[in-house]
Amino acid sequence: MKARIKFRKLGVMKFIGHLDVMRYFQKAIRRAGLPIAFTEGYSPHMIMSFASPLGVGMTSDGEYFDIELREPISGVEAIRRLNEQMVEGMEVIGFVRIPEDKKNKGMTLVAGAEYLSRACRGTLPQDWKERLDAFYIQKEIKTVKRTKREEKEVDIRPMIHKLTAREDSIYMQVDAGSARNLKPDSVTDAFAEYCGVKDISFAHHRLETFANTGSEENPVFVPLDALGTEFE
Amino acid sequence: MRKLALNDEILLKIEKPARYIGGEVNSVMKDPEKVDIRFAMCFPEVYEIGMSHLGLQILYDMFNQRNDTWCERVFSPWVDLDQMMRNEKIPLFTLESQDPVKNFDFLGITLQFEMCYTNILQVLDLSGIPLHSLDRTVCDPFVIGGGPCAYNPEPLADFFDLFYIGDGEVVYDRLLDTYKEWKKSRVPQGASRREFLEMAAEIEGIYVPSFYDTCYKEDGTILSFAPNNPHAKEKIRRLAAADMARTTYPLKPVVPFIKVTQDRAVLEIQRGCIRGCRFCQAGMVYRPARPRNLDMLKETARAMLKNTGHEEITLSSLSSSDYTELKEIVEFLMEEFQDEGVNISLPSLRIDAFSLDVMSKIQDVRKSSLTFAPEAGTQRMRDVINKGLTEEEILTGAGQAFAGGWTKVKLYFMLGLPTETEEDMKEIAVLSDKVARKYYEIPKDQRNGKCQITASSSFFVPKPCTPFQWASMCRAEEYVRRAGIVQEAMRSQLNRKSLKYNWHTAELTVLEGFFARGDRRTGAVLEEAYRLGCLYDSWNEYFQYDLWMQAFRHTGIDLDFYNLRVRTEEEIFPWDFIDCGVTKQFLRREWERAMCAQATENCREKCSGCGAASYKGGVCYESKN
Repeated sequence: MKARIKFRKLGVMKFIGHLDVMRYFQKAIRRAGLPIAFTEGYSPHMIMSFASPLGVGMTSDGEYFDIELREPISGVEAIRRLNEQMVEGMEVIGFVRIPEDKKNKGMTLVAGAEYLSRACRGTLPQDWKERLDAFYIQKEIKTVKRTKREEKEVDIRPMIHKLTAREDSIYMQVDAGSARNLKPDSVTDAFAEYCGVKDISFAHHRLETFANTGSEENPVFVPLDALGTEFE
Repeated sequence: MRKLALNDEILLKIEKPARYIGGEVNSVMKDPEKVDIRFAMCFPEVYEIGMSHLGLQILYDMFNQRNDTWCERVFSPWVDLDQMMRNEKIPLFTLESQDPVKNFDFLGITLQFEMCYTNILQVLDLSGIPLHSLDRTVCDPFVIGGGPCAYNPEPLADFFDLFYIGDGEVVYDRLLDTYKEWKKSRVPQGASRREFLEMAAEIEGIYVPSFYDTCYKEDGTILSFAPNNPHAKEKIRRLAAADMARTTYPLKPVVPFIKVTQDRAVLEIQRGCIRGCRFCQAGMVYRPARPRNLDMLKETARAMLKNTGHEEITLSSLSSSDYTELKEIVEFLMEEFQDEGVNISLPSLRIDAFSLDVMSKIQDVRKSSLTFAPEAGTQRMRDVINKGLTEEEILTGAGQAFAGGWTKVKLYFMLGLPTETEEDMKEIAVLSDKVARKYYEIPKDQRNGKCQITASSSFFVPKPCTPFQWASMCRAEEYVRRAGIVQEAMRSQLNRKSLKYNWHTAELTVLEGFFARGDRRTGAVLEEAYRLGCLYDSWNEYFQYDLWMQAFRHTGIDLDFYNLRVRTEEEIFPWDFIDCGVTKQFLRREWERAMCAQATENCREKCSGCGAASYKGGVCYESKN
């Protein structure tokens, strides 16, 4: 049976990269003694898959990974045991049972994410909130995407689903996952350029990671753990 | 939330910021207001190397068991951060509290290999601690060194306040108690550092270099070495933990966030070695061989895996096959943990039927390689170095391994050993070829393609406190020439297509040899090389041999004097004041036997009277119970 685990990554943990977070949880699961399943062979590894990787430097309230269990365990118990093994900045906040079917794999499900972005170096102009609204109602937002080989102009507007000021931060809901992925930096960079501001950088905090239960044209974003049920 | 010493902007700019943030599982946090002693424990290398060292984990755990002491870790900042810290004048900090090292009571530096010496100066420099012990004031920590290179601490004498000679487990407690006493009795700013150093100098195993003077003869060798302070001892006796069952062991080692070199639980099954290879310093200075108790090991393995969550456990010792209860501990680990997906790794095993059987159960034979360390190509040369491994044993072992499905074999050799002839060099290739032939003896339809024999040679470095401490070295070009002879010979072998040969950086070997047996004057070269920009010398991409040569020119110190000279029996060595447990007479006897290619029995076969029995433990007392 499969379980989906939701966790927070805060404070100094933002400096721990995605692969190291995976290693961290593999060891934490062993310390917590959760009945996780292993692959066969000489070097068995835990059956575990992470949803959307979080870039180094970002914090989050909505990170997910799925594991395969050898036997059921109550969600409350699992959360308690895992949290006994967490370091400062890491907290497990959800543990639900998810359906067995193949299409329920964590990574492929991810369709969207929401972020709060705050300027941590440099400042936006006084009237940035009005400018943000004007920026958002544009029909298209052209940015330059640089890869190793080429520079490509991309319209990021269709990938933004919500964009608004929230106190001193920019709130956004954007596409995420393997099909289409928009990094929050791309949005804040484009907005800074729109405002004519240079030398500014943003700290991004992920609030939630979503699956899409609607269609491609009319997405309905639901948190990944809403697709699961409580363990009896 | 803990506050970090580095700001986000820096941390996001450098490689692997997790090296500097601390906060790992099992790292120890204490209230600085509630401790008397703050100890910064340093491995002067990058985090991933330092965190792989068992000794550091043992001492970290041991110090933190004391309520009055908070031991924290510090490593060499990598080159990217090093530059930024210099530019922005950020003082070096420990990982736990993120406080500047300069504010600590002690800075303890482990000395594991010579080629990290420039990094020691980096750590002092970035901490804002004067490089020279004599320039330090009561505001600076006491800088103490320990570990294998402390068996000749002289090249570092000017930079350290104290050295600790021997197993760290033995008298550190006494040193810390003494420090507390000094600190409490001290009238504000009244008492001097000297007063504490004098108290420390009276403790067993503690060496205070500034309390000794060296006089040199006209030919550059030592005339005399003697204390200049009544508190300093004539001889420093190495300390050894006699009962390994009762020494402390870290049950909750720190678990790094990033993948470190040794990313696994380490179970030390035995300290010391019964073999007596004449080139091996560890084999001499950790005598007697002291096995740990099986029940203690079982408990320790369980606790460590539970407390760390590591997915692998490895055995540590100088020669695992000589641990008498090896079979029992290996079977225990397999039975207890294999079902839980814990990998078991077994380094330094002699290849025989037992080890092959075990290894076939714990690893994929098609992917893994087997390692032999014949060290030399001819039996004569192996007798010179007292490596008790015969060609027959190697070929039998290889044959069994090939029959068991292995196709990859690694062979380790040394070049530049005393009495080495061209034949000894060429025979390295011949022996490698014989191993390959063993593989092709298997009928074609029963073997799995080609075999791959990789031979590597390092260049021999004579180390203090070994029978080869009298040996002379070669120049870098000569080492490369010898490696060339081996390579030539490899190319003329029947199975040359299955043989691969590589060798170490000869220039690095030469410098390692210089510091291994250097006297106090050699510290000047180190300091000059550091000032010229040398750092991370053991990393090929940062090793700058030309700068080192410049440092020799600037200081007027002659490398050849230290490396090429033949040392006589009468010569006083810089490290002779250290009583390392084996006597100089024994070492000399072994050197003379080496010169006649005469092997010496191992400690279990026959006691050779090396002197280590005075520690009253381990193999010396095994049959006397």
